[in-house]
This record gives sequence, structure tokens and C-alpha cells, in this order.
Amino acid sequence: MEFLIETILSGLMAGVMYSLVALGFVLIFKASGIFNFAQGVMCLFAALTFAGIMEKTGLPWPIAFVMTIGVMVFVAWAVERFVLRHLVNQEPIILFMVTIGLAYVLEGVGDILWGSDVKVLDIGLPSGASDYMLDNFNIYVEKLEVFAALIAAVLVGFLAIFFQKTRIGRALRAVADDHQAALSVGISLQTIWVIVWSVAGFVALVAGTLWGAKSGVQFSLSLIALKALPVLILGGFTSIPGAIVGGLIIGVGEKLAEIYVGPIVGGAIENWFAYMLALAFLLVRPQGLFGERIIERV
Amino acid sequence: MLYREAGQYKTSYQRDQAIFPIAQDRWVVWTFVAVAFLVVPFFVNDYWTNAVLLPLLIYGLAALGLNILVGYCGQISLGTGGFMAVGAYASYKLMTSFPEMNMILVVLLSGGITAAVGSLFGLPSLRIKGFYLAVATLAAQFFLVWLFNKVGWFYNYSMTGQITAPDREMFGFLLTGPSALPWVKYLFCLTILAVFALIAKNLVRGRLGRNWMAIRDMDIAAELIGVRPLLTKLSAFAVSSFYIGMAGSLLFSVYLGAVEVGEVFGINVSFLVLFMVIIGGLGSIVGSFMGAAFLVLLPIFLKNFMVDGFGMMPVTAKHVEILLMGLLIIFFLIVEPHGLARLWQITKEKLRMWPFPY
Repeated sequence: MEFLIETILSGLMAGVMYSLVALGFVLIFKASGIFNFAQGVMCLFAALTFAGIMEKTGLPWPIAFVMTIGVMVFVAWAVERFVLRHLVNQEPIILFMVTIGLAYVLEGVGDILWGSDVKVLDIGLPSGASDYMLDNFNIYVEKLEVFAALIAAVLVGFLAIFFQKTRIGRALRAVADDHQAALSVGISLQTIWVIVWSVAGFVALVAGTLWGAKSGVQFSLSLIALKALPVLILGGFTSIPGAIVGGLIIGVGEKLAEIYVGPIVGGAIENWFAYMLALAFLLVRPQGLFGERIIERV
Repeated sequence: MLYREAGQYKTSYQRDQAIFPIAQDRWVVWTFVAVAFLVVPFFVNDYWTNAVLLPLLIYGLAALGLNILVGYCGQISLGTGGFMAVGAYASYKLMTSFPEMNMILVVLLSGGITAAVGSLFGLPSLRIKGFYLAVATLAAQFFLVWLFNKVGWFYNYSMTGQITAPDREMFGFLLTGPSALPWVKYLFCLTILAVFALIAKNLVRGRLGRNWMAIRDMDIAAELIGVRPLLTKLSAFAVSSFYIGMAGSLLFSVYLGAVEVGEVFGINVSFLVLFMVIIGGLGSIVGSFMGAAFLVLLPIFLKNFMVDGFGMMPVTAKHVEILLMGLLIIFFLIVEPHGLARLWQITKEKLRMWPFPY
């Protein structure tokens, strides 16, 4: 029983981490209809920059963090200015491929600037097992994962307020709803894109920092984007709650499957199980859990 | 001045429906084919075959297959690597189980097996569309690679988990294995590619291809005018997987000889081939080859240019190469989102008017 709870808990925690990455995807997809494959590499790039700045300059981490946010905003601006502006009204698949190109660029720049060796991101995040849970319930829980879950919750709350209450948030929702209508009431699409890419960059930085603190900053960090994809299709591309719930379902499902189904078929099914789960799910609901209903007309 | 169809009359339906209606096009294509078949084999050496020609031909075949699915039928697939792995493992099992089997038959059967697997993974496309489908096809990619890693039967329980191509002959010449001759490999791949490019060209301008394009342009409208989505989508998946499976089979048996599934058929290959299709031009046969040529030759060129030309460290050069690849991809998509094939078409149209464009 305890083992089962432990498994579910660690699945939930892992799920939160996936959700964080998926959030970045959803933000950009909602605001610009672009399926941003570079999100995973953005996580890597942000974490690399963060670790790199701290390593090279020896600044305390809050300053480095703020500087990294500045870098991510610059990336957002550059993406809008040099890429997206020229590709307005192109087909989705072209935009998708551009973001893959962008992923290569960011990866290359990150490697050239900061080197490709594994970096340790030590900013004093809690680590090790939680004694409290171990003593009272006899359950093993990583402190870092609890912390990550808290951060994610705060971040989602923050984003929700940002989207619902602020002026910019309203403009973002307007753009997500209808580009042309938003333009006609005087919302600048270009500014909105820069903002939304910056926010996605910020989310990427948070996700990258947490993943980096967990397993070191290295290339494999960019591969978590691949883990975020099934989360996305399960939750629906356009829904922020969907990203969270999808992440939790995938996280728990994956861990349970690894332990209870894995041994039967030979193990290491983590790689594809999430996809199969999402696929099976899509067959029932083609737009995902919370995705907007697809209405098709001729 | 030279490229002009004035005075070329089409006096029969057959002439009207020719693949290359303009005589100059035909000459160029025939010359090209003649050079590829009759001249190049005498000059190839090991380096050229292995570094340039074989990847070009094999990835060209894979890109052609993917273009049928993505460019003509509009179904985005990221499972190319997995399907190529199916082709490779199918040919390995066929080669080891039936040593007498002709290599052409092996390649064709591998394609057939991949087609079956591909249609199976194409089933969700009936319900899922767009990017949802793209992500769903990743399931195929990861599942297939995992399967070939885990189940010993596929690699005959070898200790390393690798598959190695045994020696096979074609008309008395050694085709596969480490001591095979470069020109034999080259001609074998070239023949398969040429024949199947012709078949693809005729498929896409026939009834089946028109159905695919109808589904691509708007699936509901296509359904209303009587195109059957089930058959059409699945046939696109099957034909595409057939080509991709053959490419995987050639990649393993003729080109690499020994394969470790996670490295050779990983997710990167899926993206690479998709890039070839998009850079080359969606919905264009010649575009697939242009895209393949571009993405096969570019890294070699960049590497030689940077390491030998500038004396850069290989590690740094690798990073710069990734960066430049990304920049070039973005650049090309901005300049011409419809790919190299579209640029080629524009050039040809300009050429018809040249030198008096008014």
C-alpha cells in the first residue's frame, strides 16, 4: 500500500515537471497558433545560461536569474523580429518546422557560449528525502519534487491571475480568440507575440532550473520536450488546466505502468507508454481533455 | 531562348499526358539518368559512395515516401525513423531466414511489411488530425524502436543487440557486407530509386493521387464528393511506409551493414526526413530529392569548410554546424516556404521568357 502511494506521489511530482514544460507550449500555441517545438531547447538554453552566468561571473543566483530572464526576453524579441514577422499567415506545418530550426539555433548558441559539458545548477534548492513524510507515513518523497510542485502551483496561479486580471492578459486572450478581431480593436500582434514568447521563456527558465537542479544541466534536458508532447495532446493544445491535469495523468500513468506492466513486457516502457496512453485517449476525445471542440465546416 | 515549348505540338493524348511535356525537360532528364547510370559508376570510389551518393539515394527514397504522406495526403508523420527500422529489421530477418532470397525481393518484401505496419499506425489518422496526429505518430516511433531493442527474436538474440547484414550477391557481384564493391551498391540503390520514383510520379497524378490531394486540401469536402477517407488515408500511409521501409532496408543492408536501432533510427531521423520534405517542397517528387541532396550535402560541406578551411576544432565546428543548420532552415523557410521545388519552378518559368521577359 505504502509502495503504491509512493509510486503515485512520485508520478504526480514527475507529472508536475512535465506540466511545466507543457505550459510553455500551450502559451505560445494559444497566442500565435504556433506549435513551438523549441520549447524543450528553450528550457535547456535558459538553464544553461543561468548556470553559465553564475559560473562565469560568480554572481549570486537571484541576480543571475534576473539576467537570464533578460536573455530570454531578448530571445523572444529576436524570434519575433527575425522569424515570425516574416512568416505571418503561413501554414502551421511551416511554422512548426521553423521552430525546429530555432531549436537547432538555440542549441548551437547555447553550446558555443557555455560549452556542452554537464553543468551543476546549485542554487540551494532543497534535496534529499523528506524526513517528515518518512517518519510519519513511512513514505519516501524527494524534497526537491515537493518544492517543484509548489513552484509549479505558484506559477500556474500567477499565470491565471496574469491572464484573467491584467490588461496584457486580456489582450493575450483576445489574440488567442481571434487574430483579426484583436488587430481591429487596436492590439498590436507583434508586441503580444514578444510578450507571450517572453512568458514562455520565463516558464522555460523555471522548468529548466528545476529539471537542471534534479539531474544536471545537459543536452538530455531538451528531450523532456518530447515528454511534454503527450501531455499536451492529452490535455488539449489550448488549455492551461489541460496541461496541468494532462501532466499529472501522464506522470502517474507512466510510473504505474513502469512498475506494474513494465516487468511483464521487458521494462523500459517509459519512453513510449505516455504516447500510447495519449493515443488511446485521443481516439475517444480527438481534441484532448480540455481542448476546444473542433468544429469543421466545408 | 533555349528553354521554350513554342513549336512543340501535342498531337496525341499520349503526348499530352507525358510526364515531361516539354522536349528540353526530357533531354535534361534523360541525360541526367544516362550520366547517373552509365558514367558515374565508373568513377565512384569508396568515399564518394559512402559519404555522399548512398545517403543521397537512400534518404531521397525515404523523403519521397514521406512526401507522399505529408505533401500529397496532408497527414503529418513523425514516425519515419520507426518505419525505417521496421524495413531494416524485416530485411535482416528475411536475409538470415532465407539465405537464397534475391536481394530485390528482400527489399520489396521489407517494404511490404513496413506498409502493413504503417497502415496499422495510420488508423488513428481517421479520427485525429493535424498536430495531434503528428504527436500520435511519435508513439509509433518510440514504440517500434523500443520493440526492436527489447525483443531478441528481431536481432536473432545476438549478444550486442546489433544487426549485421550477411554477404549477399547480385548477378554475381557482392552487394552487401563489408567487402562489397561501391559501384554495385550505388547501381542497386539507384535502380530501385529510379523505378520507384517513376511509379510514385504516376501514382500521384492518377486517381489515387488525386484522392490524396482532395483529402489534403479539405477532408470533409473530399468525403462529400465521394472520396473514401478510410481507403485514401490508409493507402497513403501504406504507400508511404512502403517507400520508407525500402529506404530503411537499403540503409541497413547496403549502406551501413550493421545497425543499432536507437542510434540509427531515432527521432532525429524522423525530423531529418521531414526537413528534407519541407525544404525540398511539399507535394513535389523532384523536391524530395532536392531536399535530400541539400540536407545530405550541407553538413559535409559545412564540416569540410570549417574544419579544413578555418582550422576550427571539430567540437566547436559541430556546434557551429548545428547553429548554421538551424539558421539555414529558418532562412529557407522565410525566403521560400514552398521549398526548393518552388524555386526551381520559378526559375523555369523565368527561363521560358528569357531573355525578353515582356
